[in-house]
Amino acid sequence: MIKHDVVIVGSGLAGMRAALETCQGLNVGILTKVYPTRSHSGAAQGGIAASLGSTEPDSWEEHMYDTIKGGDFLSDQDAVEEYVKAAPGVIYDLEHKGCIFSRTPDGKIAQRAFGGHSKPRACFAADRTGHNILHALHEQLIKHSERVKIYSEWFMHSLIIEGNRCHGVVVSDIQTGAVEVIQAKAVIFCTGGYGRVCKITSNAFASTADGVMAAFHAGIPLEDAEFVQFHPSGLYRQGILFSEAARSEGGYLVNGKGERFMDKYAPSRMELAPRDIVARAEQSEIDAGRGVNGEGYINLDLRHLGAKRINERLPQIRQLGLDFIGVDCVDEPLPIQPTAHYSMGGIPTDKYGQVIIDAEGTPMEGFFAAGECACVSVHGANRLGTNSLLEAVVFGTRSGKAAYEYAKNASFGSIDEGREKTRVLKVFEDIFQRDGSESYNDIRNEMKEVMTTNCGVFREESKLKHCIETLKNLQFRYKKGKVTDRGKLFNTELYEIIELGNMLEMAEIISTAALNRKESRGGHFRSDHPKRDDENFLKHTLVYPGKDELDIKYKPVVITKHQPTERTY
Amino acid sequence: MSKFKIKRYNPEKQAEAYFEEFDFEIPEGATLLDCMNHIKWTMDGSFTFRMSCRSAICGSCAVRVNGHATLACQKQAVDLLKKDEVVLEPLGNMKPMKDLAVDFTQFWDKVNKVNPYLKSPSTPPEKERLQSPEEFKLIDDASTCIMCGACYSDCNVLEVDENFLGPAALAKAQRFVSDTRDENTLERVKNLSEYGGIWDCTHCAECVERCPKPAQPFYRIKEIMTVALEKGVHDNVGARHALSFVDSVKHSGRLNENKLPVESMGFFNIKGLLELVPVGLRMLLKRKVPPIFHKSIDDVQDVRRIFRKLNQ
Repeated sequence: MIKHDVVIVGSGLAGMRAALETCQGLNVGILTKVYPTRSHSGAAQGGIAASLGSTEPDSWEEHMYDTIKGGDFLSDQDAVEEYVKAAPGVIYDLEHKGCIFSRTPDGKIAQRAFGGHSKPRACFAADRTGHNILHALHEQLIKHSERVKIYSEWFMHSLIIEGNRCHGVVVSDIQTGAVEVIQAKAVIFCTGGYGRVCKITSNAFASTADGVMAAFHAGIPLEDAEFVQFHPSGLYRQGILFSEAARSEGGYLVNGKGERFMDKYAPSRMELAPRDIVARAEQSEIDAGRGVNGEGYINLDLRHLGAKRINERLPQIRQLGLDFIGVDCVDEPLPIQPTAHYSMGGIPTDKYGQVIIDAEGTPMEGFFAAGECACVSVHGANRLGTNSLLEAVVFGTRSGKAAYEYAKNASFGSIDEGREKTRVLKVFEDIFQRDGSESYNDIRNEMKEVMTTNCGVFREESKLKHCIETLKNLQFRYKKGKVTDRGKLFNTELYEIIELGNMLEMAEIISTAALNRKESRGGHFRSDHPKRDDENFLKHTLVYPGKDELDIKYKPVVITKHQPTERTY
Repeated sequence: MSKFKIKRYNPEKQAEAYFEEFDFEIPEGATLLDCMNHIKWTMDGSFTFRMSCRSAICGSCAVRVNGHATLACQKQAVDLLKKDEVVLEPLGNMKPMKDLAVDFTQFWDKVNKVNPYLKSPSTPPEKERLQSPEEFKLIDDASTCIMCGACYSDCNVLEVDENFLGPAALAKAQRFVSDTRDENTLERVKNLSEYGGIWDCTHCAECVERCPKPAQPFYRIKEIMTVALEKGVHDNVGARHALSFVDSVKHSGRLNENKLPVESMGFFNIKGLLELVPVGLRMLLKRKVPPIFHKSIDDVQDVRRIFRKLNQ
């Protein structure tokens, strides 16, 4: 049995930041199913928010209000306040740790405007902000390698829970297939999002809901799962991200008739309205037959920015266009459509990253979560661009601190190693024993298709019901899947099958939560209930595993400074 | 119909690697990674490779295509066809583990060796350390490296000397050598001038060809060399070799092949000089010895004018 004071699952921004916090005096293990530098945080392009005021005066109060309004008043305001107050310090700390940022002519960290922010608040490094922070944090892990052990290409299968306390995780080494138990005084989940349930998504192949489903299987509810963010600029058909920075640098959205259409939807902010509004505007244009050439896309036009500015501020985007579709955005517009991008919901935590299991705030002791897999909830019903990197770093740090304080005084629990290992080995064996004829590829494609079509930008009761039914059928077919590789060594097929199992359940949770929220708020839009309904739905959804069906409960939103008002831009 | 000829290897089944062919029509717009997944998901689920972001930023899916390392997600498959065939192999200079997945242990060990983190012992200011856009530019290219291993795979030096740190680790090192916030430049360039470091690069620039990003390691290595010479870190074979080279061309317009090895090794480096003797003898036997009396070229004045122009 492997033993660490603290074990962290996931090594993106939140995970590595948590590791740096806990390793000051404790023995830490950090686990990733890829390599730390391959984490999906690295794909974040545009920026990280903080009210530094490098170019225009700014304040945490304004950042707080923008975030709450952007989130359609579903954010817990006590958490938002601490989060935006921490932001400038977090950025300076990253800078001190060696992170590379683009600079103003006088040497300060440069900032640019982003959707839904009333001030230029996005600190950035060209259009590689996530990548630069990810690598800077990895450098720090290397610096502290004596105190942090990195387990690259290890998969986390389940949590070990006794009563109300977490004692560790059951994992396996992808390279060798060996199943191990990691015993820990505290466990921190930083396992990212689950956009891979959709066909059109900006998410990496690794974003498959493993962390949130492990928590769910341990009896922990998932909060606000219906709030999936659709990013307005995904590459047509592929979903690969073209950063919001493209619009913040001045890019236009143009429909098939050659019109800039955002004046119809958000006249004061145009292309820089929050993402939910822009994504719906685009989808409305497409659905009304005003897509380019009558097809399912619209254009992102950057030509007027000129080659110099594009090369300086958006070099990666230009290269992506060239590599993936042979379009040079200096001369031609880029074809885009809304793409599933970010999961606002997740494992419920308090503002210290402590996982809580009900509406009363009862903690699951020794279990913490941060980043996209967690729901604090600072983003409410819709996250503003550049607020996710900030969330990962702020709550990575805070959960690390909280886990450190907890683990310092806690002792190791007792674990039945054999029993825990057997459970996972049984999952392996069960998959290997299947001699079914169903293709996992077909099941995966059908899940993605039904989610994008029926649980996408626009939703309604009949579609969601159809979606849930289809998913249940796919879950049934999943048990009769066909396996090719029964080896122990580097069996990527096996892990993809396990990931698919997690996603099929996650998709059902998302669509069930969406069916039960009979209103429209932020990223969740019900065509049959197009208005926000504060009277009945100013509350967070909690989905629990039930006996046969999923069990849905709600909990109130924490409102401190800002009463909900109608949201206009 | 296109043919994907793929090197398969699974030590659980058989000791030797072999090629297997998969034929299908490449769908319009499919990247190489899309095609690899098509094979995995519909033809042979045991086919093993790494992938994650499929947007050229995570660095997982580097493989060798038609003999050269490339990022699978970044290339349109049709562009890689050679007579309707694409040959896929694991990255070079690393041990294959299964099919196209290779062991990255040594790669990361070498990155760790260059102390790849900012060393700035003085207390940082309350806010950010100032850094001009020009200073940012010095480290911006190196910072685009995604650690995909494409450069490492095709590095010609690594093929013969596994002690070489390799292009990726050295590019990473440049990012700190040239960072105005780092206070350890001299020690860094001294370490990087040791055996296995910058001076062991043979300037073939293969890494520049293979790099999928603007990181382009060879140019970064050259930048470290420049800083090393500026900082007076001459006390090593590589730096002396470079300086002797420059000196010779400056004075005669051509290379003095008699002086170069001696100056590179150092006049008082008896052991090193003795090591040169067998090479010299072999050259003698093969009649490859340069003329004993070194002559200048006719237009040596022009060469000297160029050096003056370059302020050397």
